[in-house]
Amino acid sequence: MKYEVVMGLETHAELDTESKLFCGCSTKFGSEPNTQTCPVCLGLPGVLPVMNKKAFEHSLKAALSLSCEISEFTNFDRKSYYYPDLPKNYQTSQNYFNIGNNGYVDIVVKGKEKRIDIHNVHLEEEAGKLVHPETSGANYSLVDFNRAGVPLLEIVTQPDMRSVEEVESYMQTLRNILLYIGVSDCKMQEGSLRFEASISLREEGSNVLGNRVEIKNLNSMKAVLKVIAYEISRQSSLLDKGEDVLMETRLWDDVDSVSRRMRSKEEAHDYRYFPEPDLVPVWIDQEWIDETRTTIPELPVSKRQRFVNEYTISDYDAGILTDDKLLADYFEECVGLSQDSPKELSNWIINDVLRELNERKTNVQDFIVSPKMLVDLVKIKPAIGSSIAKDVFVEMINTGKTAPSIVKEKSLTQMGDVSELNDIVAKVIDENPKAAEDYGKGKKSALTFLIGQTMKVTKGKANPKILTEIFKEKLSAGSK
Amino acid sequence: MDISVKEIEHIADLSRITLTVDEKNTFAKQLTNILGYIEKLNELDTDEVQPMAYATFLKNVFREDKLKSSFSRQEILELSPSSANGFFKVPKVIE
Repeated sequence: MKYEVVMGLETHAELDTESKLFCGCSTKFGSEPNTQTCPVCLGLPGVLPVMNKKAFEHSLKAALSLSCEISEFTNFDRKSYYYPDLPKNYQTSQNYFNIGNNGYVDIVVKGKEKRIDIHNVHLEEEAGKLVHPETSGANYSLVDFNRAGVPLLEIVTQPDMRSVEEVESYMQTLRNILLYIGVSDCKMQEGSLRFEASISLREEGSNVLGNRVEIKNLNSMKAVLKVIAYEISRQSSLLDKGEDVLMETRLWDDVDSVSRRMRSKEEAHDYRYFPEPDLVPVWIDQEWIDETRTTIPELPVSKRQRFVNEYTISDYDAGILTDDKLLADYFEECVGLSQDSPKELSNWIINDVLRELNERKTNVQDFIVSPKMLVDLVKIKPAIGSSIAKDVFVEMINTGKTAPSIVKEKSLTQMGDVSELNDIVAKVIDENPKAAEDYGKGKKSALTFLIGQTMKVTKGKANPKILTEIFKEKLSAGSK
Repeated sequence: MDISVKEIEHIADLSRITLTVDEKNTFAKQLTNILGYIEKLNELDTDEVQPMAYATFLKNVFREDKLKSSFSRQEILELSPSSANGFFKVPKVIE
């Protein structure tokens, strides 16, 4: 039978703040375990949490960037459950009055635009981190509470996605927006961006939703894409056999690439949400919304469109450049320094800069070739030719020197002086009469040979274009 | 509103407490009485009244995003029944 897959995604993004959501402990990643804790984030009795303003503002900014309706009144709720990584035995989250509701993200899949609706955007706190000792037979787990209380933004979509490609595009678009507005570093290797997927199948053409399976523990976009493929095959083989798909929560095991059922006991959640009495509600007025709006930079979709219009580069190229805000900034800084060649600058960035960044596993921020250096290279290129320019680029990366100084040091400037070249060409023709004669008889390859000989004499510095012209002129004059 | 023994068992489970059969029966009876008493409030018409979750009229209380020093790890870990290598040690969590 043919099935349609219906998917929704919950995204957790750690917000970029110095201190935690309710206390002044650091949010720094990778510190010694439990060195960034205090009575508030450890949930000791009698403490008073106070909301981090920046975390709230980041959430508001994100909700606006995802085109949400902003709640005038928001508050926080206690979500009760027992797990050793949750020191208070409840997570402070939002349930009844989220910061943002009913937003959307526009994605592009195979050249077609599609709108993914956002159900809500809300702010909550992170749990701690559990470490399971690898020694077999160990009857304990270890807990590090450094992460407990780090501000976490949750973004929940409607079940609007119908293919792996749509999910992938949504994740990338969302990540891009969060990076653009600067509310999260989105580092997946540090767990700053995590996903939970809900996946169900239904017979193609049906309007009834199938039983939904929720998958937790998706720590990378790759894992999300893998789990979708896995679940589609698992669920469709169940349905093919006439069996039911159980409505359940499963955990993704990235090592074995399988999803496993969570034990029903762990699943039997009864969160008993109720308003957090230790925090006061937040009212968001129009002025605050307007003010926050002014801090939202141009988002990727509009930047891409503007690049196409303003710099007459292709939509595809604009897509690559705006895929990373830092790269887009780099490009615009280059164009700001030299308005006459946006297309050429874009080519250099897309082909050469990106290749080097990938090879060197670095980002454009730390790239040794500054926009000014790239522009200088492009400016000097006519004097050295394309292929030497590529060598100079590599040399710039290896030495950190500018193009003009490398060109000067290695005297790479092409000989463009016609009178000087005239003499050399005359000499080359004298020394290779056979080739000159062949060319006269219409053998085109003879010219290539002659140019090659000249390049040898000039150590590759002759401008091939000018050279070709001189040869053609001389040889045709000679044959007359 | 009658609270069944089954509901008492569910609440006990959520609260991580163990109850004897006698206790379950006692609590079921007592909770039924308490809720029955409170039920009187349902006679009031509250259609036009917003739910009130906060006793004060405070709103928008924030702190700036500033670091404060954390507590000493040793001091913190000493509060727990068991620790190892700077971690809190807990009974094995089954994956």
